[in-house]
Amino acid sequence: MLTAAEIEDGLDDAMNEQGKRVIDIENLSLTFQTNDGPVHALSDIDLKIDEGDFVSFIGPSGCGKTTLLRVIADLEQPTAGSITVNDVSPQEARLNRAYGYVFQAAALYPWRTIAKNVALPLEIMGLSKSEQQERIARNMDLVNLTGFEKKFPWQLSGGMQQRASIARALAVEPDLLLMDEPFGALDEIVRDHLNEQLLQLWAKTNKTVAFVTHSIPEAVFLSTKIVVLCPRPGRIYDVIESDLPRDRNLDIRETPEFLKIAHRVRDGLRAGHSYED
Amino acid sequence: MTDTALAPPKSFSPFTGLMSGTVGPVIVVVCVIIAIWYVAAVALNAAFQQDTYERAGRDDVPFTEFVADTLAQERPKLPAPHQVAVELWNTTVEKKITSKRSLIHHSTITLSSTLLGFFIGTSLGILLAIGIVHSGVLEKSLMPWVISSQTIPILAIAPMIIVVLGNIGVTGLLPKALISTYLSFFPVTVGMVKGLRSPEVIHMDLMHTYSATRIQTFWKLRLPYAVPYLFTSMKIGMAASLVGAIIGELPTGAVAGLGARLLAGSYYGQTIQIWSALFMAAFLAGSLVALIGLMEKLTLKRMGLSR
Repeated sequence: MLTAAEIEDGLDDAMNEQGKRVIDIENLSLTFQTNDGPVHALSDIDLKIDEGDFVSFIGPSGCGKTTLLRVIADLEQPTAGSITVNDVSPQEARLNRAYGYVFQAAALYPWRTIAKNVALPLEIMGLSKSEQQERIARNMDLVNLTGFEKKFPWQLSGGMQQRASIARALAVEPDLLLMDEPFGALDEIVRDHLNEQLLQLWAKTNKTVAFVTHSIPEAVFLSTKIVVLCPRPGRIYDVIESDLPRDRNLDIRETPEFLKIAHRVRDGLRAGHSYED
Repeated sequence: MTDTALAPPKSFSPFTGLMSGTVGPVIVVVCVIIAIWYVAAVALNAAFQQDTYERAGRDDVPFTEFVADTLAQERPKLPAPHQVAVELWNTTVEKKITSKRSLIHHSTITLSSTLLGFFIGTSLGILLAIGIVHSGVLEKSLMPWVISSQTIPILAIAPMIIVVLGNIGVTGLLPKALISTYLSFFPVTVGMVKGLRSPEVIHMDLMHTYSATRIQTFWKLRLPYAVPYLFTSMKIGMAASLVGAIIGELPTGAVAGLGARLLAGSYYGQTIQIWSALFMAAFLAGSLVALIGLMEKLTLKRMGLSR
């Protein structure tokens, strides 16, 4: 006898024959104990992310989108439910160096040059010097930072610093990229530019990306799947599978298909965000 | 063309130019201090000078001679700046370094125990800080002792250290150096604990996502972060070390060293000798701290932390 959940899983699997499951989250909850009583940061999250997906988490502040990403990265521990990353626990996945994490701030070490910053995870992994050099060169080229190897972080603009931090995450050569509002602090022109670069990168490398944002155009432009979250308690309100072509440029933002998805995201955000209290 | 029109009017007063740097203001302050010092020297030495005149039976000394005499006493209550300057010159430049009266000879002796004590103190401070940062047990057990060690007056404990160490056969440089250590490990411990704990959460999280070990996190994140803190506390530690070395020389009845000069000076009422030793100590402390400052500047520049 198959349970309903198993049948559903089976159907899911059948529908996603091309990509294997990367992240599987079931009934996951996370409650922070604070002086003002428990805070339900995440409540009953069910989510599946497949190989090659570009998934955006969008929602207002306090909806738990960053917390969810941190749970995947083993930076926070869930209080209930289950989660697997590459079929193992987040901790094991982290120890296997399954993912690269890009923080909201570039978080470059100020005493290291850009090349040395990109080398940081490679040194920790214990790679040979020649392998390090090769990966530094390749990934700095990927984010268009060739020629800036010897510069210190403060000598670079905010956008370049964030690109360096992406190169650092890519240098680990993970199949999974976790990005927490990486372009949140940048102006719109730089952000558009980096969004395009990120899409090209994703198309080139076929990585799986989990991307936190609170910008609707950014989420719709980048994603194959958009997860709308709402706060108090943090939960999933809507999951939108985008039917936009994978190969896209910024002009797509003017098309009716794009606007339709953006509209649905906005509706979700509005409905999920209760203004009653 | 517009550049010249918009440029601020140039000042032609040499005074403005002099006072815009640091040299001018410093010179002014030094001059004021010297002036106050001369007035104070005349006032403090006046009573003794009048006694001298009375005993000599002179009661019509002109004021200028009176002032000149108060500034030329052999054992004044407060020696005049030029008397100290002459003494400093005579005991440094004029005397051979090997002479027992050479201030450079005495400074070298104090300097060697200062440096040894500073080296031990800094190493001890760094080790304690590493332990405290990485272990809650060590923090709870060590920190109260570290703090209470500094509440004991050093003048009270210094003779004890010298006597105890002397009894177990440790004499010479080391006991004095250990008093320097006692004073200098504290600022380094406190500064390094602060420094090793200062990395931002996001930087620690980054290390966690790389599954870095504690040792890797220490070498690649905590230690570089603590470097500016280390230099600041080393400056304080160096000055404290010198004080410790001088205090260490007092109870030993040491025959050489700046502390010994101070002690001998006070036995025989040689105020000029005391003041010149004090100035030498201040000069020494200033130079040592400046040296650390220079190392700090070079290191931070190399690390790309100073722009």
